[in-house]
Amino acid sequence: MKIKKTPFKLRPIVNSERRHVNNNRKPMLEIQNLHVNVEDKKILDGLNLTIKPGEVHAIMGPNGSGKSTLANVLAGRETYQVTHGKIQFGGQDLLEMSTELRSREGVFLAFQNPIEIPGVNNMVFLKAALNAKRSHQGLEELDAADFLKLIRQKIKTVKMDEGLLHRSVNEGFSGGEKKRNEILQMAILEPKLAILDETDSGLDVDALQIVSEGINSLRSPDRSIILVTHYQRILNYVVPDYVHILAKGKIIRSGDKALALEIEEKGYGLNDLSQSA
Amino acid sequence: MPEASLLKIGFKIINMETIETDLDSVLKQEYQHGFVTDVDESFLPPGLTEQTIRQISAIKKEPEFLLEWRLKAFERWLTLREPEWSTIHHPPINYQEISYYAAPKSLEDGPKSLDEVDPKLLETYEKLGIPIEEQKALSGIAVDAVFDSVSVATTFKAELEKVGVIFCSFSEAVQNHPDLVQKYLGTVVPQTDNFFATLNSAVFSDGAFVYIPKGVRCPMELSSYFRINATNTGQFERTLIIAEEGSYVSYLEGCTAPQRDENQLHAAVVELVAMEGAEIRYSTIQNWYPGDENGKGGIYNFVTKRGICKGDNAKISWTQVETGSAVTWKYPSVILKGDNSSGEFYSVALTNNYQQADTGTKMTHIGKNTHSTIISKGISAGHGQNAYRGLVKIAKNADNSRNFSQCDSLLMGNKSGAHTFPYIEVKNPTAQVEHEATTSKIGEDQLFLCQQRGISAEDAVSLIVNGFCKEIFKKLPMEFAVEARKLLSISLEGSVG
Repeated sequence: MKIKKTPFKLRPIVNSERRHVNNNRKPMLEIQNLHVNVEDKKILDGLNLTIKPGEVHAIMGPNGSGKSTLANVLAGRETYQVTHGKIQFGGQDLLEMSTELRSREGVFLAFQNPIEIPGVNNMVFLKAALNAKRSHQGLEELDAADFLKLIRQKIKTVKMDEGLLHRSVNEGFSGGEKKRNEILQMAILEPKLAILDETDSGLDVDALQIVSEGINSLRSPDRSIILVTHYQRILNYVVPDYVHILAKGKIIRSGDKALALEIEEKGYGLNDLSQSA
Repeated sequence: MPEASLLKIGFKIINMETIETDLDSVLKQEYQHGFVTDVDESFLPPGLTEQTIRQISAIKKEPEFLLEWRLKAFERWLTLREPEWSTIHHPPINYQEISYYAAPKSLEDGPKSLDEVDPKLLETYEKLGIPIEEQKALSGIAVDAVFDSVSVATTFKAELEKVGVIFCSFSEAVQNHPDLVQKYLGTVVPQTDNFFATLNSAVFSDGAFVYIPKGVRCPMELSSYFRINATNTGQFERTLIIAEEGSYVSYLEGCTAPQRDENQLHAAVVELVAMEGAEIRYSTIQNWYPGDENGKGGIYNFVTKRGICKGDNAKISWTQVETGSAVTWKYPSVILKGDNSSGEFYSVALTNNYQQADTGTKMTHIGKNTHSTIISKGISAGHGQNAYRGLVKIAKNADNSRNFSQCDSLLMGNKSGAHTFPYIEVKNPTAQVEHEATTSKIGEDQLFLCQQRGISAEDAVSLIVNGFCKEIFKKLPMEFAVEARKLLSISLEGSVG
C-alpha cells in the first residue's frame, strides 16, 4: 500500500514563535525541576517542560537519557520515585493522582512494548477502559451495541483488521499490530495529553505511515502530544511544534523541526557537551 | 507403559515459588457474613457412637435396611484413619465433639426484616444481583405471603411429576421411594470408599434425590428454583441422581451467596448413575465461609463425588466453581463403564488468604472407545494453596480410549502456591492420553497497562481472572455463569495492594 500524501504539505511547519504567541491558553502540562530516581539511581535531574493545548512536542535523546522515564512518570508508574519537583496537569497536581485517575482525566501513554494480556478479549478491554472513563465523567456507560458502532468507526483510523478486536489483548499481535492497537486505544479514549513512547520503533515504512496518519488524525487544538523518539524519521510524518533534546536527565536544547534534522545529521554532540561542561 | 500409546505428559510442580512481582497482594476481603442467630435447635449432644446412628435413623423414621447400612458403615469407619496424602493441613478434627443431628432451623427466631441483617451481607447479595425476596430467605428471614417459595416449588414440582421426574429431599425419597434408594445407594461410592465417605454413610443428614425416567429430558435445570429450600441440608449431605436410559438432566448445586453455617466439618457424598445413552450435567458453585484473612475459622469441605456411565453412550459432566471453604478436598470422578461413554471435568478453584484446595478428578476408563476431558483452572492469591490432583486410568479392555487433560494455574502475589499432581495409569496400548499444564501470574506490567487505561487494579484482576476461566464458565448454565463471574470478582476484592 502506498500513501501518496506527504504530511509536509498537509501540515507545513508552523513558525513556533508565532504559534507560541498565538497560543495564550493555559498550559496543559507544566513540569518544574523534576528529579526522578529508579532504584536510587538518578535518571531525571531537574527537567523543565511546558506544553500548551494543541502542541506536539518531540523529545529526542540518546539511550539512557531518561526519555522513557519521563513517559512513565507522567503515566504514574510506581517504580519511579519522584524525589523533587512539580508536575501540573490542567491545573491539577499530577503527582497526587493515581494512575487510573490520570488516565480518566486524560493522560494516555502509548507503550513502547505493549504487553499481552492472555484471555482478555481486546474488545472487552477497550470497552472496560472507555466505560471507566465515561463513568468518571458522569456519562452513561456504553452498551455492547453502541460500543461496537464506535469501534468500527475508530478502527478505520488505524487501518486495523477487525479480527484483532476479538483476540486477546496484544496476544500474538505483530509489532506493527501492537502499535496500531495502542493508537486505536488512544482514538477511543480521546486523551487530553498523549505520550507516545517510541511508537515508531520497530515499524516498517508502511506501518509507520499508517500509525503516523492515525496520530495526525488525532491532533486537535485541545489535545497535546509528546512524541518520544530516537529517530527523526517519524517527525517527517508527524510534524512537531517543538523538538527537545534530553540528555543526562535534563533538556539541553529546544528548537523546532530543524533541530531534529540537525541531530540526524550531526548526532547529539554529547562528547562536545561533556567536554564543555 | 505400552510404547504404542501416544502419551504426552508435561507437568510442573510449583512449590511456594518466589515470584518477582511485588503485587503485595495482602488479600483483605472479609467474608461478607457477619451475623449469628441463636436459634433453639433440637439436636443430638456431641459424640458419635452406635447409639447416635440409631437415634438419627429413628428420628428420621428410616426403614430397617437403611439403619443396617448406616451401622455397617459406622463399624467400618471405626477402623479407618483420616487420609494424609493430600497437600492440605489442618488442626486435627475431634469427631466426638461434633453434634451429628440438628433439626432444620425454625425461621421464626431469625431476623424479622432486612434491617436486622448485616449490611455487609446485604451488600454482597446486592453485588451478586440476588432478588430481594431471595435475599430475605438466604439471610434466614421468614418470607412473607407475597413470596411463597413453597408454592413456587410446588408449581415446578407438578411440572416435573407430569413427566415422571422425581426430585425431592433425600429423606423424602427414603420414605416415598425406598426401593430406588435401596437399589442405588452406595453403588457408585461404596460405604468403604474412604474415611469421609464412610463417615457420611453412617451419619448423613439429608440431601437431594433425583430420578429421571427412561427417555425423559428433564424440562428444567434442577435446583435453581429450589436453592432456597436446600439451604438446610446439613453438614453431611448426600445426593443421589439416577438417569435412566436415554434421559437427560442438568443439576445445579450450591449458591453464589455466601452461605451461613456453623458446622466446621462438611463431608458430602454425591452419586450419579447414567444408564445407556443418558446424560447428567452436574454444576456446582461452592462458596462456604473461607475463614478470616488470618486463616481462622472456615469450613473444612471433604467431598466424595462420583458418577458412573453404566450403559453404553452415557455421558457425565462435572463443572465446578470452588471459591469458598478454608479447606477443599474434592475429586468429582467418572467411571466410564459403558462403551463409547464420556466423562468431563471442568473446574475453577480459587484460593485466597489462607485457603487450601486439593481438587481434581479421577477418570476410570473401562469400556471401549471411552473419552474423557479434564480442564482445571486454579487461581491462588494471598497465601492460598491450590493443588490439582487427577488420575486417568485406562483399563486393559478399554480399547481406543482417549483422555485430554489441561491444568492451568494462575498465581497472584508472591506468597501463593500452585501444585499439579497428574497420575496416569495406562494398561491398553491403543489408548491416547494427553496432559498439558501451564502456570502464569498476573504481572505488574499487565496491571499497569490496565490502570493506565483507567481500569482500576481490582477491575483489572477481575478481567484477567475471568479471561482465564472463560472456558469453564462457558460450560455452566447461563444464569449460573453470570453469577460465577461476579462471585470471582467479589472473592478477589482487595487482592491487590
